[in-house]
Amino acid sequence: MDIANLERLNAARRARKAVMLVTDLERGTDRVILEGGPVDGALGDAVAAAFRSGKSATCEIDGGRYFLNVHLPPAHIVIIGAVHISQVLAQMAALAGFDVRIIDPRTAFATPERFAGTDLTADWPIDVLKDRPLDAYTAVVAVTHDPKIDDFPIAEALRTGCFYIGALGSRKTHGSRLDRLKKEGFSDGELARIKGPIGLDIGASSPAEIAVAVLGQIIQALRSRDITSPKGDKA
Amino acid sequence: MSETSFRLDPLMAAEEWKKSGRDVAIATVIETWGSAPRPAGSHLVIDGDGNFEGSVSGGCVEGAVIAEAMDVIGDGKAKMLEFGVADETAWRVGLSCGGRIRVFVERLG
Repeated sequence: MDIANLERLNAARRARKAVMLVTDLERGTDRVILEGGPVDGALGDAVAAAFRSGKSATCEIDGGRYFLNVHLPPAHIVIIGAVHISQVLAQMAALAGFDVRIIDPRTAFATPERFAGTDLTADWPIDVLKDRPLDAYTAVVAVTHDPKIDDFPIAEALRTGCFYIGALGSRKTHGSRLDRLKKEGFSDGELARIKGPIGLDIGASSPAEIAVAVLGQIIQALRSRDITSPKGDKA
Repeated sequence: MSETSFRLDPLMAAEEWKKSGRDVAIATVIETWGSAPRPAGSHLVIDGDGNFEGSVSGGCVEGAVIAEAMDVIGDGKAKMLEFGVADETAWRVGLSCGGRIRVFVERLG
């Protein structure tokens, strides 16, 4: 592998761009292609198909053999609420390969001491999400129980097609949440996408165990989503 | 990607190692058949001293890939390796899950 190509590849991955390394398996040469970048002929078709499916594979073109290694941006997790569960979930999710950020307007909760090393913003979701919007590669985890804080990002997650939306709270709390969102015009089908109560049903009780249940449910949603038309960040 | 996951990322490690003057080989899963623990595109990177990061299987063939990577670092010639239940190498270091994988090993330069 060419070191200059590796540097370009890693730079694109750091910038959350969909990128591919195409290796000519006979010559041992390679090139970097950003999604949307021009590639001629039959190889161009194969490249486009690989970006769409997100699957790396070999292909034969004009007698040559190529390996197309696709790198799609890692999924984001946006946690609404700087609570005890979020402290553990942020660390676990980072280990599992997710980009994590936490939003909570309550400055008493969102302190740098409690979230060292985590991307943390002490501001209202409605303001924060304006600059860094949600997308299909994002999971939203709302854990404040406070409608003033949770409702907007949950509605925004439904509108932007986030691959996972989970909200903490009892069945009763979740019921009243659904009633409020329904008044905003969401259908029952759309609202069914919200996981509430949040997390896999594994009997989790401590904040750390609840974080495992939530992370497991996020991974389940990510790996079972429809990948025939991924909506990755364009290059 | 977060700082934590970058630390465990083989391609990030490869770049960092090379820039610090180490010789590096990159092994990539090119094809899989049947039950294979790591999908096509997975990487294992190896330096000249046999240090490694990443994986091309569940840990069953990494030793053999690292040994081959030493040759690749030495002579610069890329290699295509195959592991599976059906071949002789597999009998020694094969995939217990029953699948087959093809691994491309090349020098970073």
